[in-house]
Amino acid sequence: MEIVKPLVQLLAALLLAPLLPGVINRVKAFFAGRRGQPLLQLYYDLAKLLRKTPVYSRTTTWVFKAGPAIGLAALAAALLVMPFAGRPSALSFDGDFVYLIYLLGLARFCAVLAALDTGSAFEGMGASREMQFAVFSEPGFFLGLAALAAVTGQRSLGGMFGVLTGDSWRVAAPVLALLTASFFIALLAENSRVPADDPNTHLELTMIHEAMILDHSGPDLAYILYGAALKLWLFGSLIASMVLPSHSGAWARDAAMFLLVMLGVAAAVGVTESVMARLRLTKVPYMLITAFAFSALALIFQMGR
Amino acid sequence: MKVDHLSGFDFAATDLDPVLFFDTAASRLSAGGRALAYFAVPEGAAHRLVMAVGFDREGRIEVYSTAFSGPFRALTPSFPQVHLFEREIFEQAGMKPEGHPWLKPVRFNTAGATPGGAEYFTVHGSQVHEVAVGPVHAGVIEPGHFRFQCHGEKVFHLEIMLGYQHRGVEKRLAAGPDARSLHYAETLCGDASIGHGWAYCGAVEALCGVNVPPRAQALRGIMLELERLASHTGDLGALAGDAAFLPTASFNGRLRGDFLNMTALVCGNRFGRNMLRPGGVNFDLDPALIKEMKLRLADTYRDVETAVALLWETSSVTDRFEETGVVPKAAAEGIGLVGPAARASGVGIDTRRNFPSGPYEGFTMSVSGSGDVYSRAYVRWLEIQKSVELVDNWLDSLPAGPLAADCGPLRPDGAAVSLVEGWRGQICHFALTGPDGKFRHYKVVDPSFHNWQGLALALRNGEISDFPLCNKSFNLSYCGRDL
Repeated sequence: MEIVKPLVQLLAALLLAPLLPGVINRVKAFFAGRRGQPLLQLYYDLAKLLRKTPVYSRTTTWVFKAGPAIGLAALAAALLVMPFAGRPSALSFDGDFVYLIYLLGLARFCAVLAALDTGSAFEGMGASREMQFAVFSEPGFFLGLAALAAVTGQRSLGGMFGVLTGDSWRVAAPVLALLTASFFIALLAENSRVPADDPNTHLELTMIHEAMILDHSGPDLAYILYGAALKLWLFGSLIASMVLPSHSGAWARDAAMFLLVMLGVAAAVGVTESVMARLRLTKVPYMLITAFAFSALALIFQMGR
Repeated sequence: MKVDHLSGFDFAATDLDPVLFFDTAASRLSAGGRALAYFAVPEGAAHRLVMAVGFDREGRIEVYSTAFSGPFRALTPSFPQVHLFEREIFEQAGMKPEGHPWLKPVRFNTAGATPGGAEYFTVHGSQVHEVAVGPVHAGVIEPGHFRFQCHGEKVFHLEIMLGYQHRGVEKRLAAGPDARSLHYAETLCGDASIGHGWAYCGAVEALCGVNVPPRAQALRGIMLELERLASHTGDLGALAGDAAFLPTASFNGRLRGDFLNMTALVCGNRFGRNMLRPGGVNFDLDPALIKEMKLRLADTYRDVETAVALLWETSSVTDRFEETGVVPKAAAEGIGLVGPAARASGVGIDTRRNFPSGPYEGFTMSVSGSGDVYSRAYVRWLEIQKSVELVDNWLDSLPAGPLAADCGPLRPDGAAVSLVEGWRGQICHFALTGPDGKFRHYKVVDPSFHNWQGLALALRNGEISDFPLCNKSFNLSYCGRDL
């Protein structure tokens, strides 16, 4: 039974991930005084896209076709090491958080290559912006995970969140709060949410992530959209595991609480998007540097503790 | 020759010797005049160049003309505000303005010319790249082509190429006046139906020598200000939408509809079509309707106030708007910006104040700004407040009397200049009649004709990702410029 649980957890993540963008959209719609699209809209979109025949421009090569598939595979593989409700993950080894970061990097690399392969000015701009912001966002995220390893004395993600309890919050609240804030900023930036990017815009000149996927269609686009949902789940579960460290011991109860907090994280993203405007592009690095500073401060506090 | 706004004059009296014409034009423009219109009218085998110059501070209009053929002296090098007029003359009359720095087609309506198939200003150098946007856009907007010369995210130069919307409206209007003329005026720029409709009626009334009854004047004013309210409200929402600020974006989208519905309540059409007619208006307000209008105006304005206040109170929005897309005052004056865009750059021109007519006698309003997106947005908000005040006052004190006066035949061999402050800025209609009392030529200058160049300047040395926001802050008309 204990062998099955991590797999059930993984399956739940794979199945429920597309629900998060739906929750965000509904929260945004509520703030805008609209009814909003169905909660399950992304599922419908994926089902529709998977049935379509992709269209490829004559200027693209195999890189363009391979990008979405490799990107999705990398994100799905990253999900393997992500703990669920403080439970052991499907795959866990020392230093697996480095593996996680490299898989995220691989997914980004594939998306950027596929975008550049089209030769379109819009996609090139999107790719350039994506890489520029990654330079600022990755160090902060990496340092944050390193600080978490220092707080918990563990070297695997499963271990870190396994030993994180309410007691850790009592003795190291400032460190953990800083890390949660840093991860939340990373979530917004990495998942192209407001204020770093605008997932709803139709204006190519302001896009980052959206501009990179303009030419993808059919199943390729479905892979990208699904991959984006998995990435959101990944970052969301990181935050959920941070703020929900208590474990009752009952698997079903923990899992239910965890899912509830995940919905809460999605709602928090929706609220953030509803109450503030998007930053101008030149100011996005400031926000990412803030996340880096939070992580660095957390590490310093931890070393002095 | 000095002429009166909205009154017909003898066109022959504007004639000058060609040398004197260009000297006079140059001296009037350098004395603070603004070219309201500058165009060529066919006259036998040759052409007649006509220029209307407006002095905003004095509220003075002067018109000069000269018979001419062949190449002429370009005024653009000294007065950039006439650059598009001279390109237009070159395209329509084939007369070359000697010394014009960028002589390319305006609307590509000559044989063999296709929009987009022209030379563009390019910047060369390592890492300089070109971004082309349009004419097919991602949103439901009109077609236009935009060429950016960029270095990374920085824009060196933006060239805007339009002409895709050319329908030949001016030519069709010149065949009038007939039953369809007013319809063409109302639809030449769809969201400024009342503005252009009024300008057309003004030109015809001036040529007939008819006085519009006060009640009709006030009703026209109400409709024009409702049009302004709807557009400004919608644009503030669209600006919020481009900054990904949801609350104002969605509320203003709905509130714009409320203002349009008030227009429809009066005349049955949300854009005010068929409200006007030469000599007056077609629809009246009875006391019950006035009461309903006042109620709706107060309700809608209260909601607009709340939704728009969020813009100025949210620091992430003001930070996004401030110092984005700056058009300095000198540049705004140089290229002859009009309307809210000019006022936001500190150029205090407003047809309602400078050339008051009808209900706008005694109109005062002063707005200013630093020329950025924030100023252009804030000017819109100030104008919303003013328009609500005007409409409310007119509803309270509608003069009694008839709705329209009868227009007789048009004065032969005459001309008239009609100016209206549409919501984008000054609309100028210049009508000329022949000996038969029919139009000989009809010239329309939409505010967008002046202001597109302002958008190009706003992007200079700016960020390419700021373009949508700058574009929305001007929100110019493609079909109004392409005619």
